[in-house]
Amino acid sequence: MPAYDNVRIARKITRPTALDYIEHIFEDFVELHGDRNFRDDKAVVGGIASLNGIPVTVLGVQKGKTMEENIERNFGQPHPEGYRKALRLMYQAEKFHRPIINFINTSGAYPGLGAEERGQGEAIARNLMVMANLKTPTISVIIGEGGSGGALALAVTDRVWMLENSVYAVLSPEGFASILWKDAKRAEEAADLMKITAADLLEMGIIEKVIKEVDGGCQNDFGFTANLMKAKLETELEILMSKDIDTLLKERYDRFRGFGVFKE
Amino acid sequence: MKLLDNIKNIPDKISVDTLKERAVAIKNAIPKPTARKEKKEEKKEEIPSDSLKCPSCEKIIEKKALGKLKICPECGKLFRMNAKDRIKIIADKDSFKEMDINMEADNPLNFPDYSAKIKGLQEKTGLKDAVKTGICTIGGYKCLIGVMDSGFMMGSMGSVVGEKLTRLFEYGTEHKLPVVIFTCSGGARMQEGIVSLMQMAKVSAAVAKHSEAGQLYVTVLTDPTTGGVTASFAMLGDIILAEPKTLIGFAGRRVIEQTIKQKLPDEFQTSEFLLEHGFVDAIVEREKLQDTLATILKLHNCKKEVEE
Repeated sequence: MPAYDNVRIARKITRPTALDYIEHIFEDFVELHGDRNFRDDKAVVGGIASLNGIPVTVLGVQKGKTMEENIERNFGQPHPEGYRKALRLMYQAEKFHRPIINFINTSGAYPGLGAEERGQGEAIARNLMVMANLKTPTISVIIGEGGSGGALALAVTDRVWMLENSVYAVLSPEGFASILWKDAKRAEEAADLMKITAADLLEMGIIEKVIKEVDGGCQNDFGFTANLMKAKLETELEILMSKDIDTLLKERYDRFRGFGVFKE
Repeated sequence: MKLLDNIKNIPDKISVDTLKERAVAIKNAIPKPTARKEKKEEKKEEIPSDSLKCPSCEKIIEKKALGKLKICPECGKLFRMNAKDRIKIIADKDSFKEMDINMEADNPLNFPDYSAKIKGLQEKTGLKDAVKTGICTIGGYKCLIGVMDSGFMMGSMGSVVGEKLTRLFEYGTEHKLPVVIFTCSGGARMQEGIVSLMQMAKVSAAVAKHSEAGQLYVTVLTDPTTGGVTASFAMLGDIILAEPKTLIGFAGRRVIEQTIKQKLPDEFQTSEFLLEHGFVDAIVEREKLQDTLATILKLHNCKKEVEE
């Protein structure tokens, strides 16, 4: 199937959101708000919860399922304060030795006036640097769109997984086509070239796991995908939590250190 | 407002003349995209091969009049510098020793024409890729230096840029040396897709280790610093300097204007704008950069290289 079909499924307004997974997989979710600096960015949700009795910190980029919700959530495009809220909650998780689980679904960080004024680039950069060294196990799952730096800002983790129909890319296929060929209409062609599907990225070693969805996408049987994800999270957390911190951090460093294709 | 008023407040009965007047008013209120057209026409005017036209003051200037600092003698505009010229004005004479000289791009996505494009640019620029890295002294202080070059695919970051910078930070961590990076980039290299995105994480992780080892990292943001470079190592310096009137930002101006449906002010995303909003430590004139860097290195107890 052409890669752009995945893009269509990943962008479906009915696609289950971060909060859907958080509510299905965890118990005792307590949502925590704000970056303690500017305001609460509703495009990013976060809090503490329990995964089968283990306290964890959960974070997600939240899209809406109606126009109204999407306006409230800024279509899942975080501002710097969203990334800084995530950073605050990740530091908190480190302090209390809680593993962190991130659900990513964003077309990208918001390109706006206020976002630039408040340092969108700095906010993303800070997360990359801090997450690389965070002394607690971390897992991220791309559940819809994984759009560029805005997605990576929550994905510098020990494990990166994707749902079968999600996509993860340096730029949207439309943006890619318009930069390279000055023609956004060639997005479908771009999508095939870019290697953005879960299957492609697994093969390239960019991600560790693909979580299955039923035909047509996980909105058709949410329980199937969510239960599968819950089981995999439980198993993987046990593995990660059994490692001492130095090993965990070394493996995380090596995970990203290995990316790159060059000659010399 | 004028435009909207003319469109909105049309009474039920209106004479043809009034309508005509309004039509003219609407037409006049719409900003004319003439500036660009005029520029294109002007291209025909002849410029001698040893000269160029300053994009700021539009005067014809002899290339050698720009001097080694590449500054317009008429209006003071800073021209973009290639990595080689930049190293000449920053590193002490003959002190720069380049690292990873032979590293070059491969083609992770088998992207059509990418390899040929790289080869063509290598021949044209004499560079292997968009960054030079190495060790040097600045005002006698030993440090590692990385200089991006916008002449090579707009300084975009693919595997080579990511790997060379990562190795530079790792070298600095191991040998307890400060790192100075001159950024200049359009962002991630599209042709390497997700692999270029991963370079942001890779370099940032190396910066984290270098920082944890207590070593100094200074970035100097030069025109332009945007996209994935801004959203990674450019913004991670202990001290962030910028040249005057430099374009620095995350998202592109056009994308933002299309998103928020309004025109952005001229000073948006300049180094002055970032200074005002608290994202750069200082704006430093080009002629003072070397001295400023030397002072910063000195104040961090960096080692002075002793002549043997």
